[in-house]
Amino acid sequence: MASAEIDVKYVAHLARLALTPDEEKQLGAQLGNILGYIEKLRELDVTNVEPTAHAVPMVNITRADEIRPSLAHEDALRNAPRQSNGLFIVPKIVE
Amino acid sequence: MLNQLTISELTAKLAKREVSAREATQACLDQIQRVDGQIHAFISHDAADALAQADAADKLISSGAKNRLLGVPIAVKDVLAVKGQPLNCASKILGNFISPYDATVIEKLKAAGAIVFGRLNMDEFAMGSSTENSAFGLTRNPWDTTRIPGGSSGGSAAAVAADECIASLGSDTGGSIRQPAALCGCVGLKPTYGRVSRYGLVAFASSLDQIGPFTKDVRDAATLLGVLSGVDPRDSTSVPEVVPNYSAALTGDIRGMKLGLPKEYMVGGLDAEVKASVDAAVKKFQELGAEIVEISLPHTDYAVATYYIIATAEASANLARFDGIRYCARVDGADPIELYAKTRGAGFGPEVKRRIILGTYVLSSGYHDAYYLHAQKVRTLIRNDFLKAFEKCDAIVTPTTPTAAFKAGEKSGDPLQMYLSDIFTISCNLAGISGISVPCGFTKNPKLPIGLQLLGKPFGEESLLKIAHAYEQATPWHQEKAGL
Repeated sequence: MASAEIDVKYVAHLARLALTPDEEKQLGAQLGNILGYIEKLRELDVTNVEPTAHAVPMVNITRADEIRPSLAHEDALRNAPRQSNGLFIVPKIVE
Repeated sequence: MLNQLTISELTAKLAKREVSAREATQACLDQIQRVDGQIHAFISHDAADALAQADAADKLISSGAKNRLLGVPIAVKDVLAVKGQPLNCASKILGNFISPYDATVIEKLKAAGAIVFGRLNMDEFAMGSSTENSAFGLTRNPWDTTRIPGGSSGGSAAAVAADECIASLGSDTGGSIRQPAALCGCVGLKPTYGRVSRYGLVAFASSLDQIGPFTKDVRDAATLLGVLSGVDPRDSTSVPEVVPNYSAALTGDIRGMKLGLPKEYMVGGLDAEVKASVDAAVKKFQELGAEIVEISLPHTDYAVATYYIIATAEASANLARFDGIRYCARVDGADPIELYAKTRGAGFGPEVKRRIILGTYVLSSGYHDAYYLHAQKVRTLIRNDFLKAFEKCDAIVTPTTPTAAFKAGEKSGDPLQMYLSDIFTISCNLAGISGISVPCGFTKNPKLPIGLQLLGKPFGEESLLKIAHAYEQATPWHQEKAGL
């Protein structure tokens, strides 16, 4: 397992999460502490152990490919912070 | 007091026309008016809407209609979508969000005739063990308002314990139903992974989350589980397993059943009064004719660490959807990335930020195998411990929590200590099995409820409810009320 040091600024960027300098400092200390605790998993030999992603393994859950009613357009837009002409309004993405 | 009734008591009175659904609903609303200023179990509730549903139920009753929950007021954790009602997950980030549809469990409650009302307080996005992480203020324990009700479904537990509703729904990712049920002195059931559809539940950790009931007795838990269970095409993780008649399992006869006592659960940090209550419960089971067998769950000590990798990893992915585009209280930015970061920085509280950062880190390039994959492998070992134990027993008996309710503020400054308070409940979610907490006694001074946890096989809820019910009927604990 890796060392218990987190580059909080970099990880916050990956998570698209703006943090204040105080939050960065506090999170760094707390997460160092938590990661230190998590290190105990290293004691276990998991060679040849299959990972468990879901406790009830089910695969290929499919349904008939049929058109069915879904959320109405206006209902989908009802909670939008900004909308216009039936669309979500977002900042400019491409020049 | 109609608000103090159980589901089975209320539905019997309604059927005999001794009382109306309106009177029962009004009694709950009056109790909220009287005590919720102290308890703050509810973030909000729409009294007029609840009474309108009650009137509709009364009309059906007087026309001779029968239904499992007809006229029963049931309140809901603020993590489940109820059409036309606010949904905030006790977070600032969702702003004025109004659910455009009903969760499957809400559809089922309504189809069974329930009066679905209220938004119950919780730790923000179900992350926490004390309901102190809510952006809408603390919920207080009805037995001692200086103490926390547990979490994350603290509002759901407190509302039932304070008789502000007849029953409630919560969600359980690492103990968030069983732990607050234990600390507030009510019954809390976490069904097997896949038993209940999560459609309309805001996802925290998708491989762990389950919805379940809070009730005043085990019979009500069986009734509600019967209503909530079943496969749902809108949740591909729900399992097409037959839904049995859970109430029929409540025979009171547990002679010859085998109960496993894990030696790993009776050590370190376990409060003496909690231990004494659990020991007494084990004796009671023997008196009732059950056989106690010692079992071992050797990887217990690794469960909390495993959980905080898997749960935070999944949370960091699930919470990516709260970005200020389709919903959320948006904070503008020059470009989409700045908008996302500012919206999320302003909207999420400290514990949610902590878990997003931890989860993002354990999934990030170079660390995924060392943390996430490693934890998934340890998860296999934990699950195998349980499957092996269940070869020797029908259910496992443990304390639900290492201590009774702690004081508000006592652990909020130390996230790791808070995480360790879930030590007995977390493995159940990792293994995907079923679990229930029932009252098993009280501490002396102050008088605080103690919870007994029973863990059952995957889809073993019938046995679990049978055992819990037999214990409950042989003990007085569930009849005690918080002195509000």
